[in-house]
Amino acid sequence: MDPMAAIRETFFQECEEQLAELEAGLLAMENGTAEAETVNAVFRAVHSIKGGAGIFALDALVRFAHVFETALDSVRSGRLDPGPGVMNLLLRAADVLADLVRAAREGAAVDESRTAALVAEFGQIGEAGHGEAAAPAPAPAAVPAGSGGGVFFDAPPADKPVWEIVFTPAASLYAKANETALILRELRRLGPITVVLDDSRLPELSELDPEGAYLSWKITLDSDCDEAAIYDVFEFVEDDCTLALTPPPKPEPALVPGAVITGDNGFKFEFFPPVAPEEEPEPAAMKLAGAAAEEHPVAAQAKAGPVEAMAAKAEAAAAVSATIRVDLDRVDRMIDLVGELVINEAMLSQRVMEAGINRASGVAMALEELEHLTREIQDSVMAIRAQPVRSVFQRMPRLVREVAAQTGKQVRLVTEGEGTEVDKTVIERIADPLTHMIRNAIDHGLERPEVRVAKGKPAEGQVRLTALHRSGRIVLEVADDGAGINRERVKQKAIENGLIAPDAQLSDEEIDNLIFLPGFSTASTISDISGRGVGMDVVRQSVVALGGRISIASKPGQGSTFTLSLPLTLAVLDGMVVSAAGHTLIIPLGAIVETLKPKAADVFPLDDEINVIRLRGGYVPMIDVAGSLGYGAAAIDVEQSVALLVEGEGGVRAVLLVDAIHGQRQVVIKSLEANYRAVPGIAAATVMGDGRVALILDVDAVVKTTRNDAARAEGLRPDAAMMEAG
Amino acid sequence: MSTTVLTVDDSRAMRDMLRHSLVAAGFRVLQAEDGVHGLEVLETEFPDVIVTDINMPRMDGFGFIEAVRRDEARRGMPVLVLTTETDTEKKMRAKLAGATGWIVKPFDPVKLVDAIRRVAA
Repeated sequence: MDPMAAIRETFFQECEEQLAELEAGLLAMENGTAEAETVNAVFRAVHSIKGGAGIFALDALVRFAHVFETALDSVRSGRLDPGPGVMNLLLRAADVLADLVRAAREGAAVDESRTAALVAEFGQIGEAGHGEAAAPAPAPAAVPAGSGGGVFFDAPPADKPVWEIVFTPAASLYAKANETALILRELRRLGPITVVLDDSRLPELSELDPEGAYLSWKITLDSDCDEAAIYDVFEFVEDDCTLALTPPPKPEPALVPGAVITGDNGFKFEFFPPVAPEEEPEPAAMKLAGAAAEEHPVAAQAKAGPVEAMAAKAEAAAAVSATIRVDLDRVDRMIDLVGELVINEAMLSQRVMEAGINRASGVAMALEELEHLTREIQDSVMAIRAQPVRSVFQRMPRLVREVAAQTGKQVRLVTEGEGTEVDKTVIERIADPLTHMIRNAIDHGLERPEVRVAKGKPAEGQVRLTALHRSGRIVLEVADDGAGINRERVKQKAIENGLIAPDAQLSDEEIDNLIFLPGFSTASTISDISGRGVGMDVVRQSVVALGGRISIASKPGQGSTFTLSLPLTLAVLDGMVVSAAGHTLIIPLGAIVETLKPKAADVFPLDDEINVIRLRGGYVPMIDVAGSLGYGAAAIDVEQSVALLVEGEGGVRAVLLVDAIHGQRQVVIKSLEANYRAVPGIAAATVMGDGRVALILDVDAVVKTTRNDAARAEGLRPDAAMMEAG
Repeated sequence: MSTTVLTVDDSRAMRDMLRHSLVAAGFRVLQAEDGVHGLEVLETEFPDVIVTDINMPRMDGFGFIEAVRRDEARRGMPVLVLTTETDTEKKMRAKLAGATGWIVKPFDPVKLVDAIRRVAA
């Protein structure tokens, strides 16, 4: 990658971190939980963004960050009281800043009116530099190259004088590690100079204070530069010396490079001309944005030397930090390879067993060791990709503010378990479902403030977002303390939309979960919030596509809780290896409740399509897996089969009949969609130890066939040709 | 032996930028994330010039410069302040703390290298 592009990318990554810190800090300030350091951290975040944006000439960003920073500085210094109004403004400014950063990253246009409105508001609280939205003025382009800036002086341009300069350093100049010889060398860059040392104030050695200042220099400079250029040379030391600057009465003969310093005591020092002419680049070329530094004039000025070796050393110096950044592609490549390793290891084990090698033999023992190591490597590699869900959680306060503002509701978001880790690919894909769940909770769950007060609840509603690990999965909960699901209305709606039969007998739980059915919308009028989003059915589908489950539990008058459960990784799966009609299948272990040996006497036909099996006094639909996948129409012998009680999403149970169980194993998930095409009833595929492809059953889809949905059952027939392809 | 520069800045992008510009100019570059880290680096390293940011967590640029100036062995090191602050108050504070000079952000690499050469012996 182009080094500048890489640095730019780092800058934007860093911006995201700083934006997160900014928001967290502002929220802490709003809640009154801020510590003294919080305000500083908030200020620094904006300040850093401004600084970095300056490098890349992101002017809109710099300007807004500057106004924002000015206000924060006022808060920090106690000049501005961060009351609710100010905090609200600061939070909105953080949102706008985030938008500006993203717009800059994508090169997109920004809504200037929003930025301008906020700048005006900052102006009104009197803390934006009297409404002055301008960033610090850039240094004038006309400043002579080689000067330090020249913005601090307003010297009138002089007409080609020859200068006489008396330079008398104070002790403080030396204390700040300034070096007079270097300053004189700098001066020489403006033109030929003669330097005369005045050491008349130099005391005897016995009286000399080593940190004192006793010397003075009288310099003549033949240059057509202006006064400001000379002051620039002394810019760093202007307060640590006395400087007398006068154009002499008559021009002195110009001295060529090789000027001689002559002290009163006969001390001589000659400046040698530079080895190579130091060509100064045009100021316009100094703008860095996008310029590849290899082509930059700096490179031309570089000292002759092993630049690359230096770069390597610099890299080594940079590696002081305890964390490293690794390109995701590399990690993914490693995960792929480890996946292959797991498969190969399994194949090797199988071959060794098939060869009849004694389990106690050295080969078998070594193989077992290899298996352990492989698993450990796999876990370790997976752990590299694990990240806390914090990054997603941190986006939610803003969402809550926006939805609250749009709906006129008062909402407080409480988050728990932000440190819960999950695979990066999973993190990337939980943001959308979470967004919809939270929108839904505020829009449909929470009542309006006046309604809440009338019910004896606090006007401010609460949405609680929780993440936790439970039995090898990550569970995300979005709980509101709103009205809960209006079951009468939900059921009515489902009947109206033909989703359930009018006389259907449904448990409360089943009614609640009707909202996930396609074509269902609980809102009697489509509100702005839900109207532009997607229905809960789409949320559910995207979750299911990730191997996840979503369900809702509701208590009338007390609120609802959405529970989203996802695998920790999308790369491996713990599964039960089974066979049905001679085909090997994997059933995700998470879906299996128990295994049982069915008796023919317990099976009862419900209708032509569905049989049920009696299980501890209840009845559960029974599914012949081979039949449902279209492997064979032959009626199976229940007594000769093995039954697996499985639970699909929403707690729907069914018994799956298979020929035999071959044991548990962790399998590497290979996408069927990526390698073949999506097949109803099949979630994915994997490669077994013998090198053959086995399909991973989509339990939820198969369980659905029991829901009197003949049309769906028809669709559940994978292409027979592809089975052979395995 | 090329000139060694220690850069102290909490922004990774800024550190990368500094390193990139300075390495291209032939300098050897050391990096630190803030004042505390900078002092740690100085325990074993002896850079020719230090370039430091002002606003940093743990120890800001003022504190860092003061600490360098208190260190008998390192008080002679030139310290340039790299800052977006254009107001003279911040600059004066940096000078009072013992800064040798300053570079106003957004810097361009030519000025940066130039400023370093101005103070590097």
